[in-house]
Amino acid sequence: MFQVILFNVTNGLIIGAFYVLMALGLSLILNLSNVINFAHGNFLALGGYLAFMLVPTMGYWGALLIAPVLTALIGVVVERLMLRRVYGRDPVYSLLLTFGLAFVMQDAARWYWGPNPLQIDMPDVLKTPLTADLFFITWYRIFMVAIVIATVTGLFAFLRHTRVGLRIRAGTLDLDTVAALGVNVKLLRTFNFAVGCLLAGLSGVLATGQLGLNPNMGDDLLMPSFIAIIVGGVGSLTGTLFGGLLIGVAAAITAAIFPAASEVVIFVIMLLVMLVRPRGLLGEEGVMS
Amino acid sequence: MTATVLAAGQRPAQKRWLSLVAIWLALLTAPLWLPLLGGYTALAGKVLVFGLAAMGFNLLLGFTGVLSFGHAAYFGLGAYGAGLTLRYLVHSTPLAMLVGTLLGGLAGTLFGLLIVRRRGVYFAMSTIAFGQIFYYIAYSWNDFTGGFDGLRGFHREPIGFGALTLDISGGTWFYYFTLAVFAVAVALMALLIASPFGRTLRAIRENERRARFLGIPVERHIWLSFSISCFFTALAGTLYALLNNFADPLALHYSLSGYFVIMAVMGGMRTFWGPLLGATVFVVLQDKISSLTVNWMSFVGLTFILVVLFFPRGLLGMLKRRGVA
Repeated sequence: MFQVILFNVTNGLIIGAFYVLMALGLSLILNLSNVINFAHGNFLALGGYLAFMLVPTMGYWGALLIAPVLTALIGVVVERLMLRRVYGRDPVYSLLLTFGLAFVMQDAARWYWGPNPLQIDMPDVLKTPLTADLFFITWYRIFMVAIVIATVTGLFAFLRHTRVGLRIRAGTLDLDTVAALGVNVKLLRTFNFAVGCLLAGLSGVLATGQLGLNPNMGDDLLMPSFIAIIVGGVGSLTGTLFGGLLIGVAAAITAAIFPAASEVVIFVIMLLVMLVRPRGLLGEEGVMS
Repeated sequence: MTATVLAAGQRPAQKRWLSLVAIWLALLTAPLWLPLLGGYTALAGKVLVFGLAAMGFNLLLGFTGVLSFGHAAYFGLGAYGAGLTLRYLVHSTPLAMLVGTLLGGLAGTLFGLLIVRRRGVYFAMSTIAFGQIFYYIAYSWNDFTGGFDGLRGFHREPIGFGALTLDISGGTWFYYFTLAVFAVAVALMALLIASPFGRTLRAIRENERRARFLGIPVERHIWLSFSISCFFTALAGTLYALLNNFADPLALHYSLSGYFVIMAVMGGMRTFWGPLLGATVFVVLQDKISSLTVNWMSFVGLTFILVVLFFPRGLLGMLKRRGVA
């Protein structure tokens, strides 16, 4: 029994870690640019596919490093060519734009890499389990969680202690004032979008070992990421972090007890939070409106 | 921009009558001329159904200025409500439509209470997430809803008017039945928009803060507008289930919500008939493209991007603007 619970909690934390990486990127873009990036799941898949192409030449570790960066660069191109034109306009336009972009990216991935799941060859050390008893805790999973922790810590340190990070946080609160103080807001938004895509790309590379690599692998992560943001509180990255972990674990535990409800339970959590605490667990008053 | 839109709304009465007659004449004769252009009657029915859904949705987006990205939920609830009623409860088309419309409309009304204080992109995000609940329920509750394969095992029943019975199982008859429902719904919407309530909604759209200073209970109006638009969209959903004798989880999926948004925007969200035009273009294009290529998703996605970047006013919006200039 203990093993079953541990198994599900571990699963939940792993899935939750994906939600967190994905939702943090979404949250960054949402906070600064007021854009819901529907294509975020497709940037995630893109990261996975880029890694798939890079592994034969530079190995797993190289791909893990380079694929997210390439994803971020593609994000920069997308932001410069398209997204930039809808900033400050009615939100309907940014939503439609990223929604259309998601369709195009998914179809392009299916066309180029095919609809069937692909596999990335991982180093042997990552495939071995920790002990025979706890067969489900492989080094890959530990490694993955470690990377996510390191990334999240790095992101928070970056936002807190660097000048650019400070500007991003200030822009979240009042972009006009930040612009008036002489900060190049255009560049800031591009950079911020790139960071979001970097996180998506990184979770894409990591997710291939867990979820498999297919054109719509990001779809199942998108909705939970929205919910992680709502539950945690819009405007608060710490909230997003806890929101992602919370719904990941809740979904996994429900999956053990009552599998049919595992997808619905995160929505129930969302509704409860919206009822009891409309601004989200750690959200600030007034940010939502 | 506001001034031009308002000025464009005040076209000469004569011209307005002319376009109204043209629209209704085209809709009434569609089963006659559509086959000549390579279409079929069920396609026209689909246009009406999605047109009604998009026009109902546009009460909120175009006339109140509030963006919901989850209207597929209410559309799908309407479809499932009608289908489940016909299959499990009672063999009556009007009752099925009533149950479906109430189900979708009331779900929207209740949910509206939770989100009415949110604005802009946060309102949209909450509606997306909420809408997906029903998708997952329909998807996971296999025994009751048919799961991923959708709900089958029901069909449209003849409607009795006292001694008279109307058999709507045939395609053409059902088209005219849909058109009649559509006409009543659209007349209601037109009355609503012309009423003081409708004018208040537009005042909120143009300047929420000023509306609030005038003593208008903004939240209550947005909530009412959201609920009403959910009822109309759910009504369209019931017609959708009857049209196909089938309801599937994709009728609940947020992609469909996106389609409603693009229909409204592509046709012209600040115009009354724009969403119908947008629905026509979208449904016909999707029908043609998906029969030509497997990569229809790219075409749909590109349509979204092109409309946003180059035709943000939509087709009717551009026409009207040209008429003024």
